[in-house]
Amino acid sequence: MTDMIYEKLATYIATEFLKQPGRILKPDEPLLSSGLVDSFHLVDLSLFVESNFGVRIDDAELNASSFDNLDQMTKFIKDRQ
Amino acid sequence: MPNFSNILQRHYEQTPDKVSVIMQFAGQPDIPVTYRDLIHGSSGYVQTYKRHGIQPGDVILLILQHDVDLIYAYFGAVLLGAIPSIMPFLTEKLLPDRYRTDLTQLVAHTQPTAIVTYREFEAEIRAALKPGEDSVKAVIISDLAGGSGNPPCPPNFASFGGLLRKEEDVALLQHSSGSTGLQKGVALSHRSILNHLDAYAESICLTQDDVIVSWLPLYHDMGLIACFLMPILRGIPVVQMSPFDWVRAPYRLFQSISTYHGTLTWLPNFAYNFCAQKVRDRDMEGVDLSSWRATINTAEPGKYQGHLMFYERFKKYGLRFLTLQTSYGMAENVFAVTQNDLSKLPYVEEVDRESFTTDLIARPAFDGRPSIQMMSCGKPIPNTFIRVVDKNGHDLPERHIGEIVLKSNCMLTSYYKRPDITRKAFLEGGWYMSGDYGYIFNGEVYFAGRKKDLIIIGGKNIYPQDLEQLAYEVQGVHPGRASAFGVFNDTTGTEDVVMVAEVDTEDPLECQKIADEIRAVVTRGSAVALRFVYLVKHPWLVKTSSGKTARSANRDKFLKEMQVKGQAY
Repeated sequence: MTDMIYEKLATYIATEFLKQPGRILKPDEPLLSSGLVDSFHLVDLSLFVESNFGVRIDDAELNASSFDNLDQMTKFIKDRQ
Repeated sequence: MPNFSNILQRHYEQTPDKVSVIMQFAGQPDIPVTYRDLIHGSSGYVQTYKRHGIQPGDVILLILQHDVDLIYAYFGAVLLGAIPSIMPFLTEKLLPDRYRTDLTQLVAHTQPTAIVTYREFEAEIRAALKPGEDSVKAVIISDLAGGSGNPPCPPNFASFGGLLRKEEDVALLQHSSGSTGLQKGVALSHRSILNHLDAYAESICLTQDDVIVSWLPLYHDMGLIACFLMPILRGIPVVQMSPFDWVRAPYRLFQSISTYHGTLTWLPNFAYNFCAQKVRDRDMEGVDLSSWRATINTAEPGKYQGHLMFYERFKKYGLRFLTLQTSYGMAENVFAVTQNDLSKLPYVEEVDRESFTTDLIARPAFDGRPSIQMMSCGKPIPNTFIRVVDKNGHDLPERHIGEIVLKSNCMLTSYYKRPDITRKAFLEGGWYMSGDYGYIFNGEVYFAGRKKDLIIIGGKNIYPQDLEQLAYEVQGVHPGRASAFGVFNDTTGTEDVVMVAEVDTEDPLECQKIADEIRAVVTRGSAVALRFVYLVKHPWLVKTSSGKTARSANRDKFLKEMQVKGQAY
């Protein structure tokens, strides 16, 4: 389950935000604070998470301290499911 | 002519209980700020500034976020007769070292006497200063952060230097972001700003029934002039939310318009696409947009496509198509240069692509040939005169594309303490050279591109040389061999930033590493996220005869290669 969340998120970010479908993202690779994902993507990310995993993210939670890498994102979603 | 302080005093004496600003914070109740609150809070700041020996005419840098205290610190500086300037806040992405370098440079150019910031940011600020050597006498900690300031207090207007400021005195400074932008503070006088507000208010038929709603940052002219100074000085209520909250929850703008019966907003072009694509229906439940009489698209080239998309998405909530309006502006003319007549839709026309790019003439499209869609920015506001000139400064006929030059009674006083670049910005006769290309047809101004290599993302000006400089720090990139430019993205309605860099290696893993490093260094150094990093072999980049990067040639080459490879762009 966790793997599926992780894979789906990684593919989505690499394809839609980085425009590099083949790009491998490491679990602890910073995404927000590194600028790979910029603030204009945050709403897309939350819409994606909601429609794919049924988890609603409050907009105040969309920040680099709790949502900066794939590990954190996957855990966040898992905990809410 | 009155100055800012006279006007504030009048509001305080005549309508102290009137709400001037409604401050919104995500997850908290809204905070209404009356003119009494505003003047008392600002008077506290006057005392604080005086205690630190700050004098009328001194520059005060404000490094504060969306905050009631930012309003008080700003107008405290005004009432004291000092010159406030808001600087962008350090974001989590930006490397503190880089911010410090920018700040040190800004201090050297602008020579501020004081800096107001938060407690947790004090160490960063102090690290950028050179005590005893630079101009800064005091780092003042915001009151809201348990700071060192005086509490709000009733005003003693007779003791305020602000009331003695002359109309030609500099009222404020405005900076663009980045190392290059920070070197050019636009200095504006009381007279210029008040003249501008008169002319602009007439253009948009501003009345006491208006309510402005904004999420725009205050370090940018659109937010500072249209959504902060104009409403506060003219007695029009303004609802302010933070850009940080809006970008995460764009529906908040619509909810605020509905709650407060908002009538006016200003938005950069990308915001139309962004809202149309990213607002959920359930966040729009009960929203009524019928009070909204104009949303003015400015600060980056306006596209009709975005207007259509926006209207289609929000018409069921009472949005009228006529509400979607345009303007063209620049900080050097305070804010607006043109404004579309709000009783009419902005004029949209198709022009022949080849004539446009080759002959520099905007001919109406014919014979089904490829065309470009143009949307008018409206006519010059009443106090501003516009010409379109060729490279020798000679007037061009209608529909011919040239540089837009302007003259008005609301021009900048100077680039602050930079007589050299101020002089270079004007043609004979006091015509300011905008650095923008455009054409005029039927008295309407159409924006056609930029003379300067400037990238505009979401209304924010980015200088490509700043980004290239950062790329050179990455090991493996040839020094002097990188080029940054913008490519307009139809989906987002703004520019994507592309970086092309020459490298020696062809190893895919090594290339990936260098590309990642470039992204990281650029983001940490400028808070700009690169959309595409394209690594090429030496010699790929096109240089001008003087050895400078020919960005538009590199951009064309990049787009051609992408087309050949069948990639998006």
